[in-house]
Amino acid sequence: MILNQFLLLAAILFCIGVYGVLARRNGIMVLMSVEIILNSVNINLVAFGAFRDHVAGEVFALFVIAVAAAEVGIGLAIVLLIYRNRRSIDLTEADLLKG
Amino acid sequence: MMLAAAASGGDLFVAQNVFFGAIALVMIVSALRCVTTRNVVHAALWLVLVLAGAAAQFILLGSEFVAVTQVLVYIGAIIVLFLFGIMLTKASMGDDDSVAGEKRLMAALVAVLLAVVMGIALIDSYSDTRLVIDEPQRFGEVSDAIFSQYIVAFEAVSVLLLAALIGAIVVARKE
Repeated sequence: MILNQFLLLAAILFCIGVYGVLARRNGIMVLMSVEIILNSVNINLVAFGAFRDHVAGEVFALFVIAVAAAEVGIGLAIVLLIYRNRRSIDLTEADLLKG
Repeated sequence: MMLAAAASGGDLFVAQNVFFGAIALVMIVSALRCVTTRNVVHAALWLVLVLAGAAAQFILLGSEFVAVTQVLVYIGAIIVLFLFGIMLTKASMGDDDSVAGEKRLMAALVAVLLAVVMGIALIDSYSDTRLVIDEPQRFGEVSDAIFSQYIVAFEAVSVLLLAALIGAIVVARKE
Protein backbone atom coordinates (compact mmCIF):
# COMPACT_ATOMS: atom_id res chain seq x y z
CA MET A 1 0.00 0.00 0.00
CA ILE A 2 1.08 3.55 -0.53
CA LEU A 3 0.24 6.36 1.86
CA ASN A 4 -1.42 8.42 -0.83
CA GLN A 5 -4.35 6.08 -1.41
CA PHE A 6 -5.60 6.69 2.12
CA LEU A 7 -4.98 10.43 1.89
CA LEU A 8 -6.83 10.67 -1.43
CA LEU A 9 -9.76 8.64 -0.10
CA ALA A 10 -9.94 10.99 2.90
CA ALA A 11 -9.78 14.03 0.60
CA ILE A 12 -12.64 12.73 -1.55
CA LEU A 13 -14.78 11.97 1.52
CA PHE A 14 -13.98 15.44 2.90
CA CYS A 15 -15.18 17.06 -0.32
CA ILE A 16 -18.38 14.99 -0.32
CA GLY A 17 -18.99 16.13 3.25
CA VAL A 18 -18.38 19.77 2.30
CA TYR A 19 -20.90 19.40 -0.53
CA GLY A 20 -23.44 18.01 1.94
CA VAL A 21 -22.89 20.84 4.42
CA LEU A 22 -23.31 23.47 1.71
CA ALA A 23 -26.15 21.95 -0.31
CA ARG A 24 -28.52 20.42 2.25
CA ARG A 25 -31.15 22.50 4.02
CA ASN A 26 -32.21 19.90 6.57
CA GLY A 27 -30.39 20.49 9.86
CA ILE A 28 -29.93 16.79 10.60
CA MET A 29 -28.48 16.21 7.14
CA VAL A 30 -25.93 18.96 7.73
CA LEU A 31 -24.87 17.24 10.96
CA MET A 32 -24.50 13.93 9.10
CA SER A 33 -22.27 15.60 6.51
CA VAL A 34 -20.12 16.99 9.33
CA GLU A 35 -19.75 13.41 10.57
CA ILE A 36 -18.45 12.35 7.13
CA ILE A 37 -15.91 15.21 7.28
CA LEU A 38 -14.72 14.19 10.76
CA ASN A 39 -14.36 10.59 9.61
CA SER A 40 -12.17 11.59 6.70
CA VAL A 41 -9.96 13.51 9.14
CA ASN A 42 -9.73 10.38 11.30
CA ILE A 43 -8.59 8.32 8.32
CA ASN A 44 -5.87 10.90 7.69
CA LEU A 45 -4.72 10.84 11.32
CA VAL A 46 -4.56 7.05 11.52
CA ALA A 47 -2.82 6.79 8.13
CA PHE A 48 -0.12 9.23 9.18
CA GLY A 49 0.19 7.47 12.53
CA ALA A 50 0.78 4.16 10.75
CA PHE A 51 3.18 5.81 8.31
CA ARG A 52 5.35 7.29 11.06
CA ASP A 53 4.83 4.26 13.32
CA HIS A 54 3.77 6.50 16.19
CA VAL A 55 0.75 6.25 18.50
CA ALA A 56 -0.05 9.98 18.34
CA GLY A 57 -2.19 9.52 15.23
CA GLU A 58 -4.40 6.93 16.90
CA VAL A 59 -4.64 8.89 20.15
CA PHE A 60 -5.79 11.99 18.32
CA ALA A 61 -8.25 9.95 16.24
CA LEU A 62 -9.76 8.74 19.53
CA PHE A 63 -9.99 12.34 20.78
CA VAL A 64 -11.68 13.37 17.52
CA ILE A 65 -14.23 10.56 17.99
CA ALA A 66 -14.99 11.77 21.53
CA VAL A 67 -15.35 15.39 20.45
CA ALA A 68 -17.57 14.31 17.53
CA ALA A 69 -19.87 12.51 19.98
CA ALA A 70 -20.18 15.70 22.06
CA GLU A 71 -20.77 17.75 18.92
CA VAL A 72 -23.59 15.50 17.73
CA GLY A 73 -25.28 15.63 21.13
CA ILE A 74 -25.26 19.43 21.27
CA GLY A 75 -26.08 19.77 17.55
CA LEU A 76 -29.12 17.52 17.75
CA ALA A 77 -30.32 19.37 20.85
CA ILE A 78 -30.09 22.66 18.95
CA VAL A 79 -31.89 21.19 15.91
CA LEU A 80 -34.60 19.89 18.25
CA LEU A 81 -34.98 23.35 19.77
CA ILE A 82 -35.23 24.95 16.31
CA TYR A 83 -37.89 22.39 15.39
CA ARG A 84 -39.83 23.07 18.59
CA ASN A 85 -39.82 26.81 17.99
CA ARG A 86 -40.44 26.86 14.24
CA ARG A 87 -42.05 23.48 13.40
CA SER A 88 -39.37 23.07 10.73
CA ILE A 89 -35.68 22.24 10.61
CA ASP A 90 -35.03 24.03 7.33
CA LEU A 91 -31.84 25.89 8.01
CA THR A 92 -32.52 28.55 5.36
CA GLU A 93 -35.45 29.71 7.53
CA ALA A 94 -33.23 30.10 10.60
CA ASP A 95 -31.88 33.50 9.56
CA LEU A 96 -32.76 35.66 12.56
CA LEU A 97 -29.19 36.94 12.90
CA LYS A 98 -28.95 37.76 9.20
CA GLY A 99 -30.14 41.35 9.79
CA MET B 1 13.57 -18.97 0.10
CA MET B 2 13.99 -15.27 -0.49
CA LEU B 3 11.91 -15.58 -3.61
CA ALA B 4 9.10 -17.32 -1.73
CA ALA B 5 9.11 -14.65 0.96
CA ALA B 6 9.04 -11.92 -1.65
CA ALA B 7 6.19 -13.67 -3.48
CA SER B 8 4.08 -14.02 -0.31
CA GLY B 9 4.80 -10.38 0.53
CA GLY B 10 3.64 -9.43 -2.96
CA ASP B 11 0.44 -11.48 -2.52
CA LEU B 12 -0.23 -9.69 0.75
CA PHE B 13 0.35 -6.40 -0.98
CA VAL B 14 -2.13 -7.24 -3.73
CA ALA B 15 -4.72 -8.50 -1.22
CA GLN B 16 -4.42 -5.32 0.86
CA ASN B 17 -4.86 -3.18 -2.23
CA VAL B 18 -7.87 -5.18 -3.42
CA PHE B 19 -9.55 -4.85 -0.02
CA PHE B 20 -8.68 -1.16 0.10
CA GLY B 21 -10.18 -0.55 -3.34
CA ALA B 22 -13.40 -2.42 -2.59
CA ILE B 23 -13.93 -0.67 0.75
CA ALA B 24 -13.02 2.74 -0.67
CA LEU B 25 -15.53 2.27 -3.51
CA VAL B 26 -18.29 1.32 -1.05
CA MET B 27 -17.41 4.31 1.15
CA ILE B 28 -17.43 6.86 -1.67
CA VAL B 29 -20.67 5.56 -3.21
CA SER B 30 -22.46 5.49 0.14
CA ALA B 31 -21.15 8.94 1.09
CA LEU B 32 -22.47 10.30 -2.21
CA ARG B 33 -25.83 8.62 -1.65
CA CYS B 34 -25.87 9.94 1.93
CA VAL B 35 -25.54 13.58 0.89
CA THR B 36 -27.84 13.34 -2.14
CA THR B 37 -30.70 11.05 -1.09
CA ARG B 38 -33.98 12.80 -0.34
CA ASN B 39 -35.07 10.44 2.43
CA VAL B 40 -33.42 11.36 5.73
CA VAL B 41 -33.72 7.87 7.24
CA HIS B 42 -32.04 6.37 4.19
CA ALA B 43 -29.28 8.96 4.54
CA ALA B 44 -28.64 7.81 8.12
CA LEU B 45 -28.43 4.19 6.92
CA TRP B 46 -25.99 5.15 4.13
CA LEU B 47 -23.93 6.93 6.78
CA VAL B 48 -23.66 3.59 8.64
CA LEU B 49 -21.95 2.13 5.55
CA VAL B 50 -19.48 5.04 5.41
CA LEU B 51 -18.61 4.65 9.10
CA ALA B 52 -18.25 0.87 8.82
CA GLY B 53 -15.97 1.35 5.83
CA ALA B 54 -13.84 3.75 7.85
CA ALA B 55 -13.58 1.11 10.60
CA ALA B 56 -12.44 -1.42 7.99
CA GLN B 57 -9.80 1.03 6.76
CA PHE B 58 -8.56 1.45 10.33
CA ILE B 59 -8.14 -2.33 10.60
CA LEU B 60 -6.29 -2.29 7.27
CA LEU B 61 -3.99 0.37 8.75
CA GLY B 62 -3.30 -1.89 11.73
CA SER B 63 -5.04 0.08 14.47
CA GLU B 64 -7.77 -2.19 15.79
CA PHE B 65 -8.48 -0.09 18.85
CA VAL B 66 -9.61 2.90 16.80
CA ALA B 67 -11.69 0.55 14.62
CA VAL B 68 -13.44 -0.96 17.64
CA THR B 69 -14.06 2.50 19.11
CA GLN B 70 -15.41 3.65 15.75
CA VAL B 71 -17.93 0.80 15.68
CA LEU B 72 -18.93 1.26 19.34
CA VAL B 73 -19.22 5.05 19.40
CA TYR B 74 -20.25 5.92 15.85
CA ILE B 75 -22.36 3.01 14.67
CA GLY B 76 -23.56 2.10 18.15
CA ALA B 77 -24.32 5.50 19.63
CA ILE B 78 -24.19 8.36 17.16
CA ILE B 79 -26.36 6.71 14.49
CA VAL B 80 -28.97 5.86 17.13
CA LEU B 81 -28.85 9.51 18.23
CA PHE B 82 -29.40 10.59 14.61
CA LEU B 83 -32.33 8.21 14.18
CA PHE B 84 -33.90 9.55 17.39
CA GLY B 85 -33.38 13.10 16.14
CA ILE B 86 -35.09 12.23 12.86
CA MET B 87 -37.99 10.62 14.72
CA LEU B 88 -38.43 13.59 17.07
CA THR B 89 -38.48 16.10 14.22
CA LYS B 90 -41.23 14.25 12.43
CA ALA B 91 -41.66 16.89 9.72
CA SER B 92 -38.55 15.54 8.08
CA MET B 93 -39.55 11.88 8.05
CA GLY B 94 -40.46 11.98 4.40
CA ASP B 95 -38.69 13.97 1.75
CA ASP B 96 -36.06 16.50 2.50
CA ASP B 97 -37.59 19.65 1.10
CA SER B 98 -36.38 20.72 -2.29
CA VAL B 99 -32.85 21.99 -2.60
CA ALA B 100 -32.37 25.06 -4.72
CA GLY B 101 -30.63 24.21 -8.01
CA GLU B 102 -28.31 27.20 -7.81
CA LYS B 103 -27.22 26.38 -4.27
CA ARG B 104 -26.58 22.76 -5.20
CA LEU B 105 -24.53 23.82 -8.22
CA MET B 106 -22.39 26.20 -6.17
CA ALA B 107 -21.85 23.54 -3.50
CA ALA B 108 -20.80 21.01 -6.14
CA LEU B 109 -18.43 23.59 -7.65
CA VAL B 110 -16.83 24.27 -4.27
CA ALA B 111 -16.47 20.55 -3.54
CA VAL B 112 -14.93 19.75 -6.94
CA LEU B 113 -12.50 22.69 -6.68
CA LEU B 114 -11.48 21.58 -3.19
CA ALA B 115 -11.00 18.01 -4.42
CA VAL B 116 -8.81 19.17 -7.31
CA VAL B 117 -6.64 21.37 -5.09
CA MET B 118 -6.21 18.73 -2.39
CA GLY B 119 -5.64 15.97 -4.95
CA ILE B 120 -2.91 17.93 -6.73
CA ALA B 121 -1.24 18.82 -3.42
CA LEU B 122 -1.34 15.20 -2.19
CA ILE B 123 -0.10 13.68 -5.45
CA ASP B 124 2.65 16.28 -5.53
CA SER B 125 3.80 15.59 -1.95
CA TYR B 126 3.27 11.87 -1.36
CA SER B 127 3.12 10.30 -4.80
CA ASP B 128 5.35 7.32 -4.00
CA THR B 129 5.52 7.15 -0.22
CA ARG B 130 5.22 3.49 0.72
CA LEU B 131 3.20 2.49 3.76
CA VAL B 132 4.66 -0.62 5.39
CA ILE B 133 2.58 -2.11 8.18
CA ASP B 134 4.44 -5.09 9.55
CA GLU B 135 2.56 -5.45 12.82
CA PRO B 136 -0.57 -3.88 14.30
CA GLN B 137 -0.34 -1.23 16.98
CA ARG B 138 -0.91 -2.83 20.35
CA PHE B 139 -3.68 -1.67 22.68
CA GLY B 140 -1.12 -1.26 25.45
CA GLU B 141 0.94 1.33 23.62
CA VAL B 142 -2.12 3.43 22.86
CA SER B 143 -3.41 3.33 26.42
CA ASP B 144 0.08 4.05 27.82
CA ALA B 145 0.30 7.11 25.58
CA ILE B 146 -3.18 8.31 26.57
CA PHE B 147 -2.56 7.94 30.31
CA SER B 148 0.94 9.40 30.37
CA GLN B 149 1.76 11.77 27.55
CA TYR B 150 -1.76 12.93 26.73
CA ILE B 151 -3.31 12.80 30.19
CA VAL B 152 -4.18 16.52 30.19
CA ALA B 153 -5.99 16.24 26.87
CA PHE B 154 -7.77 13.13 28.13
CA GLU B 155 -9.04 14.92 31.24
CA ALA B 156 -10.07 17.91 29.12
CA VAL B 157 -12.09 15.57 26.88
CA SER B 158 -13.83 14.06 29.89
CA VAL B 159 -14.82 17.52 31.14
CA LEU B 160 -15.93 18.41 27.60
CA LEU B 161 -18.19 15.34 27.44
CA LEU B 162 -19.72 16.21 30.81
CA ALA B 163 -20.32 19.80 29.66
CA ALA B 164 -21.87 18.54 26.41
CA LEU B 165 -24.14 16.18 28.36
CA ILE B 166 -25.38 18.92 30.68
CA GLY B 167 -25.64 21.39 27.81
CA ALA B 168 -27.71 19.03 25.67
CA ILE B 169 -30.10 18.39 28.56
CA VAL B 170 -30.47 22.12 29.28
CA VAL B 171 -30.96 23.05 25.63
CA ALA B 172 -33.43 20.29 24.75
CA ARG B 173 -35.43 20.34 27.99
CA LYS B 174 -39.03 21.56 27.87
CA GLU B 175 -39.64 24.64 30.00
